[in-house]
Amino acid sequence: MGAADNREPAWKPAIPITRLRERAELLEQVRAFFRQRGLLEVETPVLSAAAVTDPNLESLVTEYRGPGAPPRERLYLQTSPEFPMKRLLAAGSGPIWQICRVFRGGERGARHNPEFTMLEWYRPGWDHHRLMDEVAELVWAICGESTVRRRTYAELFRPLGLDAHGDPQPVCEEAARSLGLEPPPGLDRDGLLDLILSHAVVPGLGSDGIDFVHEFPESQAALARVRPGHPAVAERFECFLQGMEIANGFHELGDAEEQARRFRRDLDVRRSRGRPEPPMDHRLLQALHHGLPDCAGVAMGLDRLFMVALGATHIDQVLAFPLERA
Amino acid sequence: MASYSTNEFKSGLKIMLDGDPYTIVENEFVKPGKGQAFNRVRVRNLKTGKVIDRTFKSGDSVEAADVLDTELQYLYNDGEFWHFMDPQTFEQVAAGKAAIGDAAKWLKEQDVCTVTLWNGEPLSVEPPNFVELKVVETDPGLRGDTSSGGNKPATLETGAVVRVPLFIEIGEVLKIDTRSGDYVSRVKD
Repeated sequence: MGAADNREPAWKPAIPITRLRERAELLEQVRAFFRQRGLLEVETPVLSAAAVTDPNLESLVTEYRGPGAPPRERLYLQTSPEFPMKRLLAAGSGPIWQICRVFRGGERGARHNPEFTMLEWYRPGWDHHRLMDEVAELVWAICGESTVRRRTYAELFRPLGLDAHGDPQPVCEEAARSLGLEPPPGLDRDGLLDLILSHAVVPGLGSDGIDFVHEFPESQAALARVRPGHPAVAERFECFLQGMEIANGFHELGDAEEQARRFRRDLDVRRSRGRPEPPMDHRLLQALHHGLPDCAGVAMGLDRLFMVALGATHIDQVLAFPLERA
Repeated sequence: MASYSTNEFKSGLKIMLDGDPYTIVENEFVKPGKGQAFNRVRVRNLKTGKVIDRTFKSGDSVEAADVLDTELQYLYNDGEFWHFMDPQTFEQVAAGKAAIGDAAKWLKEQDVCTVTLWNGEPLSVEPPNFVELKVVETDPGLRGDTSSGGNKPATLETGAVVRVPLFIEIGEVLKIDTRSGDYVSRVKD
């Protein structure tokens, strides 16, 4: 696995205390960034009776027995604080931010630990383009990176001869093969685009500055608004540094009906894949019904940002106790 | 049939791909935040030695290769096959030219080798790290010259040719490092 010094006995951190001091200093810089800009720092529950429905995210589950226990005594650990933060926005919080722990099943590797530190913030009245500017300012403050490139999802695929919005599945499959990537069986069209992007494109992103990718295919809108057109595109962006995805942001979907449709579609996909079908978040839907202010929001993996700031190549080099030592 | 989930992938794991046994050299977990998770692996074909990259969907399973490293005693070569025996069970297996490879030139009867078996058939043979072999042919030694850096070729009883110091003579037994093919020392009687 590892990255850091695996010869250390398992009770000890695998990284030196000096690295923890560097991490603490970076965290302080992030906090100062948001203090100076006047956003409200909030805390929201890690545990919820409802969970994210995204077919590519696995929520960890825990049990709670006692007063107020949820159905089946089952609580889900957040994969991001997005839903409760949107409920705060709908309740009139104004711009908010938080740093919290999030949890994702099945994710472990050189850039993944199943629990990690997320920075998430929301800007009422902003769109995703304005928020990309602010993400770049934060990255500049923490990592000193100032060159910024902004390209659309379609522009990334064009040099590969692929129309990311229009080409059908067999064409995507052929494109993967021509790049020397034998597609594993059972990938849908978006899975093939993920294969090509993560293997053949992302490793080269953010090598000399900050790379933003925006205007994702409608099928990958997640929680972003879709802008109608030919093609319709999701107002979603991702930020890359040194071949790593650092952040994912949206011009947030505020339409409760559309959100409910996406939840149901996600759950259908989960059922067809034999994956667990967690309860969708009805309180989020109620908040959207009430009215979410027009806003943009972004989630940033702080461990990865700190990897870049500290020149680390493995996430274990910025964690005191990664999974195998937790 | 035994299989491994991608969650069990690590270097050294033996898996079947396209009908051939492979060993995992490197395993990388690749996942876009909101997309499909993959395991990108670099694998080495245990029959040909060829290294290739392959990508799996995380969570998929792949057939395990029934590959086993065993310590077997070398018995004899019949001209076509090299025969080995398990010293515990006395069970014998025969390795062909492809499996024996470079090991052939170091093998002396009764040496214990690491034989990698796939479905019970030898896939590769690793000789002991050090072997002791007698010199059967070399130019006459230079008396008294035990210090100069010079060396000469010597043919050993198995047919292997190694570079040895000038003072080595026919009939002497030498210790050889099979990993590098280097002369180590003379073996005293």
